[in-house]
Amino acid sequence: MTTLLNVKDLRAYYGQVQALHGLSFSLNEGSLVTLLGANGAGKTTTLRAICNMVRSTGAIEFDGKPLNNRSTENIVRFGIAHVPQGRGTFTTMTVEENLQLGAITRKDSAGIVSDIERMYAHFPVLKQRHTQQAGTLSGGEQQMLAVARALMLRPRLMLLDEPSFGLAPLVVRDLFGILGKINREDKVSILVVEQNAQLALELADQAYVIETGRIVMSGNAKDIANNEEIRKSYLGY
Amino acid sequence: MELFTNQVLAGIATGAIYACMALAVVMIYQAIDHLNFAQGEMAMFSTFISWQLMQWGVSYWAAFIITLAFSFVAGIAIERILFKPLAKAPVLTNVAGFIALFAIINSSAGLIWDFTIKQYPTPFGSSPFLGSQLISTHQAGMIGVTVLLLLGLYFFFQYTRIGLAMRAAASVPESARLVGINTSWMIALGWGMATAIGAIAGMLIAPVVFLEPNMMGGVLIYGFAAAVLGGLTSPFGAVVGGFLVGVFENLAGTYIPGVGNELKLPIALALIISVLVVKPAGLFGRQIVKRV
Repeated sequence: MTTLLNVKDLRAYYGQVQALHGLSFSLNEGSLVTLLGANGAGKTTTLRAICNMVRSTGAIEFDGKPLNNRSTENIVRFGIAHVPQGRGTFTTMTVEENLQLGAITRKDSAGIVSDIERMYAHFPVLKQRHTQQAGTLSGGEQQMLAVARALMLRPRLMLLDEPSFGLAPLVVRDLFGILGKINREDKVSILVVEQNAQLALELADQAYVIETGRIVMSGNAKDIANNEEIRKSYLGY
Repeated sequence: MELFTNQVLAGIATGAIYACMALAVVMIYQAIDHLNFAQGEMAMFSTFISWQLMQWGVSYWAAFIITLAFSFVAGIAIERILFKPLAKAPVLTNVAGFIALFAIINSSAGLIWDFTIKQYPTPFGSSPFLGSQLISTHQAGMIGVTVLLLLGLYFFFQYTRIGLAMRAAASVPESARLVGINTSWMIALGWGMATAIGAIAGMLIAPVVFLEPNMMGGVLIYGFAAAVLGGLTSPFGAVVGGFLVGVFENLAGTYIPGVGNELKLPIALALIISVLVVKPAGLFGRQIVKRV
């Protein structure tokens, strides 16, 4: 297995405040990795640093190429799709326009058309609502749309920031099922940040636990899930 | 009745110009959240460029096209040089930037072409349109060119990828960057297009108001009024607002006793304020809901 994403000694800053204190982790091609941790631990900041949306130092390598000092919009072109916290829906545009925007960097118009159909097959509810303004969708539907929009890039790596946030438990199950399927069938590597540790650990191959901007624990997702001590002290369940 | 039809049609003709200016204002407002006070001066300068080209013997339509290209590039240049560095600056800094731009363009035009009033040609002539006394060929031309422009813009924003990218960049910049859109260039492109749209308005209205460095002052106020009336967040609203302001201005001047030409502007603005008291976001504007 080759390393797809390699992060070394990542430090990130909001103004004068340091949010990440030398964080290192890696993600293998084709795997599904989860970053766990409490509120304010630095999970979102880690994802934002990968896409250069926050000032950071340290080395971030994607497929052997450094990502540092590239603009957010250029990093997308490497095949990294980021579903931000709050889903980032283009609320005033239609569902279909949201999907087209996901593929805006691609040149193959025939491929884009067939991919939109593929997304409608994955998420039938989006097909029913394809002419509707995206802002009128329910929270769960908007999260589906955000995942579909990210997939329209045909990404090699998908970054998901708390996809379960604000969704009903059943919808979360559904969504995570789809994420697992995308990971296995479409061979998309996934890095998912979650507060819902239990569910994320069921889904992931590998897990890292962050506390106050540092990795405090890492390992096989199953091992972490089975280790009661870690669960109690870091994951709270 | 004929007077009424006549005034409505004339109102639609000048309303078309207000619609163009309002659209230019809204395009920049959507991109950078500021009102471009210099929009009128930019349009005036473009109009002078076309006049100069015609003085040098270039035909009207060739001068028209060259001016559009010049305005497009100049708009991008203004954004790159002046407003891109101000993007994160406070509102008042930006306002100062717009006022500076206003003064610089106004004075440069005065310096180059002086402040005397000049005749500006119309390619449509000013005979009665289709033998009717209701509207002149130039007024019909103003409406026709504006309608073509609006249709073109509609198709551009609705059916092209770059139009889609521009809309995305204006509505949710962060998400736009996350799908790979270079939002900074989309803003510059918006400036270029808004400047070219303003140039069209300037060239169409110049035969009516005559060419001089202060020609767009009143027009821009109506344009602002139209944009605010229609809703600053809605290009469609801005256009409708432009036509409404044009028609209302004419009807008020004709039918309300004592208004005449002098009081047309305040009456039109009073109407707009009344609308805004009832609908603060404008007729078609989106109510912006912010979480606190």
